[in-house]
Amino acid sequence: MYPSRFRYEAPHSLDEAIGLLHDGGDYAKVLAGGQSLVPLMKLRFASPELVVDINNVPGLGYHRADPDGTLRIGALCRHADLEHSDLLPGTQPTMAAAAPLIADPIVRNRGTLVGSLCHADPQGDWASVVLSLGGSVVAQGPGGRRTIPVADFVLGPFENALHPDEIAVEAVIPAAKGVRAGGYLKLERRVGDFATVGVAVSIETAAPGGTVTRAGIALTGVGGATIAATEAAQALLGQPLSADSIGRAADLAAAAAQPRTDHRGSAEYKRHMVRTFVERILSRADHEAERAA
Amino acid sequence: MTMVYEDRGDDAAVEVPMRRIRFTINGEKKIAEVEPRLLLSHLIRRGVGLTGTHMGCDTTNCGACTVLVDGKAVKSCTMLAVQVDGRSVETVEGLATASELHPLQEGFKQEHGLQCGFCTPGMMMAAKALLDRNPDPTEEDVRWALSGNLCRCTGYQNIVKSVLWAAAKLRPGTADPDAAE
Ligand SMILES: Cc1cc2nc3c(=O)[nH]c(=O)nc-3n(C[C@H](O)[C@H](O)[C@H](O)COP(=O)(O)OP(=O)(O)OC[C@H]3O[C@@H](n4cnc5c(N)ncnc54)[C@H](O)[C@@H]3O)c2cc1C
Ligand code: FES
Ligand code: FES
Repeated sequence: MYPSRFRYEAPHSLDEAIGLLHDGGDYAKVLAGGQSLVPLMKLRFASPELVVDINNVPGLGYHRADPDGTLRIGALCRHADLEHSDLLPGTQPTMAAAAPLIADPIVRNRGTLVGSLCHADPQGDWASVVLSLGGSVVAQGPGGRRTIPVADFVLGPFENALHPDEIAVEAVIPAAKGVRAGGYLKLERRVGDFATVGVAVSIETAAPGGTVTRAGIALTGVGGATIAATEAAQALLGQPLSADSIGRAADLAAAAAQPRTDHRGSAEYKRHMVRTFVERILSRADHEAERAA
Repeated sequence: MTMVYEDRGDDAAVEVPMRRIRFTINGEKKIAEVEPRLLLSHLIRRGVGLTGTHMGCDTTNCGACTVLVDGKAVKSCTMLAVQVDGRSVETVEGLATASELHPLQEGFKQEHGLQCGFCTPGMMMAAKALLDRNPDPTEEDVRWALSGNLCRCTGYQNIVKSVLWAAAKLRPGTADPDAAE
């Protein structure tokens, strides 16, 4: 299989890349890791006329924490960089849990977190993770930069909020006010498969085991788009974690899922797994907090 | 390099210039004229003529087409040939020297790490990327590193043993990996 014909440019600066997109007409595509775009082009589900490869733009491969703890992930930071990162364990439990579960090790060498958010696949894991953390995407276009909360960035299946001449330059995870806990659990049929069910939970407490001051729960693969289980997250607020609050959040998350029966499992089974995963992540967080306290 | 494609009637409108790229493959410097849509796997197999890199699925799932680009394992069916401009590519043909098999190849022979052999080049290249990074992997490390490579024959047990055999052989001071078991 091979893609249909396209013009290829590999600029060495962001400005040049944005200029190419601006002049490139209706059907220009940014190429980052290529682990979603190239397969789609080979299947001719995507046939862009212009491909702007950003892999030669220097300075986009970073992920780093600002002094205040805000985490920034550049457009060319690969899944593997996050999997092997020393920065995430401890401070970013949800991200650290998700990184090794994206695709397979070879795909992770190329694919990027920012590309995954742009791709907006309802079965993409990073969108749930970043949504649960209240993260955002920084877009740069001819008019400058703007920051888009990921809740407004992922518009629907395979649809994002970028203008055609904008590039997503980084994803931003806000600093935790206090201690961050949580995790990501994914049910997959085999390594490299997309999620049958994925659940991201991120909470913040003033101290380990203390009152929950912020909570985010997001679901992968159980609806037409990434689902923010807002009510479930709210059920955790204003109290320390307890069997009671965990159970309520798990029930509400299961209710927020919109799974469909398919070759990966029945709707009932998937809904049940959402409940189980929310409970498992939060119970584990609770135990770890007890041990830390 | 001249590439012949099926004419599906949908491409005629777009004029696309060929691009000249320079890259090294298994240490040899090359120049190629490629159309941007040419895949790296095609450049390697049809352009350079190195057919050790196998195409299993052509859908980024099986890992048979795995090669190293600047030392990192990639699925060559899912990268454009133009993207290796200025980069270095290693394929299974680069493993052996004129007189000696690479320890990975020897390991696959000693531990019966292959049956039909179709997945083997990709397995070896993914394993090479692992051993370059981690010369002393555990069995779990090997299984994890090879989890993007599918084998329809062996059931994986002997592949894992082969890679551990090679790791032992590559470590300084291990004369006989069989004795080390
Ligand atoms: C076998 C296989 C298994 C996979 N399994 C999983 C999985 O389990 N979970 C999962 O989440 N994903 C999975 N993926 C997808 C993978 O994570 C991709 O890497 C990711 O979806 C897209 O990132 P990319 O950098 O490869 O983007 P690309 O493929 O380069 O681009 C994807 C889309 O986003 C756009 N884009 C990319 N970067 C930018 C940018 N900076 N600015 C503007 N637009 C941009 C492109 O134009 C394109 O439309 C899998 C892929 C494969 C091949
Ligand atoms: S042929 Fe490339 S992954 Fe199967
Ligand atoms: S030996 Fe036949 S596919 Fe692996």
